[in-house]
Amino acid sequence: MKKNSNETLKNKYLLAGLSVFCVVLIILSSVNSDLFAPVKQVSGYLVTPVQKGINSFGSWLSGFTENLEDVETLREENESLKEQVATLTEENSLLVQEHEELERLQELYDLDEEYSDYEKVGANIIAKESGNWFNIFTIDKGSNDGIDKDMNVIADGGLVGIVTEVGANWATVRSIIDDESNVSAMVSTTSDQCIISGDLTLIDEGSLELSRLTDTDNAVHVGDKVVTSYISENYLPGILIGYISELNNDSNNLTKSGYITPVVDFRHLQEVLVILEKKEYVSSDSASEEETSEEISTEMEAEEE
Amino acid sequence: MKRRIVLAVMIVICVLLQATVCPMIAIGDIKPNLLIVLTVSFGLMRGRREGMLIGFFCGLLTDISFESTLGFNALMYLLVGYFSGYFFRIFYDDDIKTPILLISVCDLVYGVVQYVFRFLLRGRINFPFYLGRIILPEVVYTLILTFVCYQIFYRINRWLSLTDA
Repeated sequence: MKKNSNETLKNKYLLAGLSVFCVVLIILSSVNSDLFAPVKQVSGYLVTPVQKGINSFGSWLSGFTENLEDVETLREENESLKEQVATLTEENSLLVQEHEELERLQELYDLDEEYSDYEKVGANIIAKESGNWFNIFTIDKGSNDGIDKDMNVIADGGLVGIVTEVGANWATVRSIIDDESNVSAMVSTTSDQCIISGDLTLIDEGSLELSRLTDTDNAVHVGDKVVTSYISENYLPGILIGYISELNNDSNNLTKSGYITPVVDFRHLQEVLVILEKKEYVSSDSASEEETSEEISTEMEAEEE
Repeated sequence: MKRRIVLAVMIVICVLLQATVCPMIAIGDIKPNLLIVLTVSFGLMRGRREGMLIGFFCGLLTDISFESTLGFNALMYLLVGYFSGYFFRIFYDDDIKTPILLISVCDLVYGVVQYVFRFLLRGRINFPFYLGRIILPEVVYTLILTFVCYQIFYRINRWLSLTDA
């Protein structure tokens, strides 16, 4: 009996100790998420190859009944073609969009940026967040391939999400349908700004929520294209997100909200492209607008050289 | 020593399977929760101490792989493991009814707590939807998984107690 109660006490201490440890961990990592980056690096090194293996074994297993060799070659070809299609669709949609926007852009910014020639790298999705609440996944490329935090991820010619964490050979991506995702976007025909956010309650419709659309001229219609905005902090401008599927007036009569259908098929997403270029982030302490545009143009010149 | 190694390997395998295989077998975007099955099963079969430790490491590994805030899952699974350890030696562990009941309760509570801390606090108030579309389907699917996995875990545990006594 004595031994038994002793054991119980020990268990209670252990429980209390571990709980406190967890709470401290929660507090520390929410204050500074970079604090535990080394741990994640190490675990990524060990885990990524295994995940890759399990994943390729899984897809091998699912094609087992068919003629294996044929399937293998077809799959490889299919994969590379899919990647190519994704690149082409993306480029195409950007080209079409440029027609709509080029003139206005040149007038407004006196810049003629080309966004179709961003450098990209293809990656496979190897693991998904373990619960059912969030839409976060891991890809099999990392800083070794030039991927960095806050880089944009695309597929099927549309926006998939943003890189949230990077290891040497892996990166985690938060997709735009994730409940915590917010993208500052605009309607490509009118350049009206809006917010596109993910919502778990739309899991069956597969759509995204559109809110705070300022459309004073009533020029935005269902079916219009929604692209990432110029004012977005992390997303490169002009990446296609989806098409407006529903539009309603808000009760304040100033803004509109509704839903959009994304171009990306998130349910069957297997490979993605990561754009190896980050949004030029101009720190808030730069003094004036002119200075920032100068900075950008000098940086662009430097890049051109 | 052997027991520790076997348990550690099982934790790693389950965390990996949860992230790679479970998405492949997801029905209607709902994945079963293998980690709850592992934690509750071993809590029930081996007591509070080991249930708690297994849960803790399951959660911590998940946190490290996917979350930017570490510790939340670790704490959740820690408590789940400790709780299920209370039923150690009170119920026969070769009877599937006890783990079925325990796992459903734990998965339900886990889902509700996830909702409260990570959705309700951000103003997502449509609880009936989340309960009906996410939490309960996950419980049901996890139960189906339990029928398969519990037998495996039970045999591993029996083998461990026989060889490592």
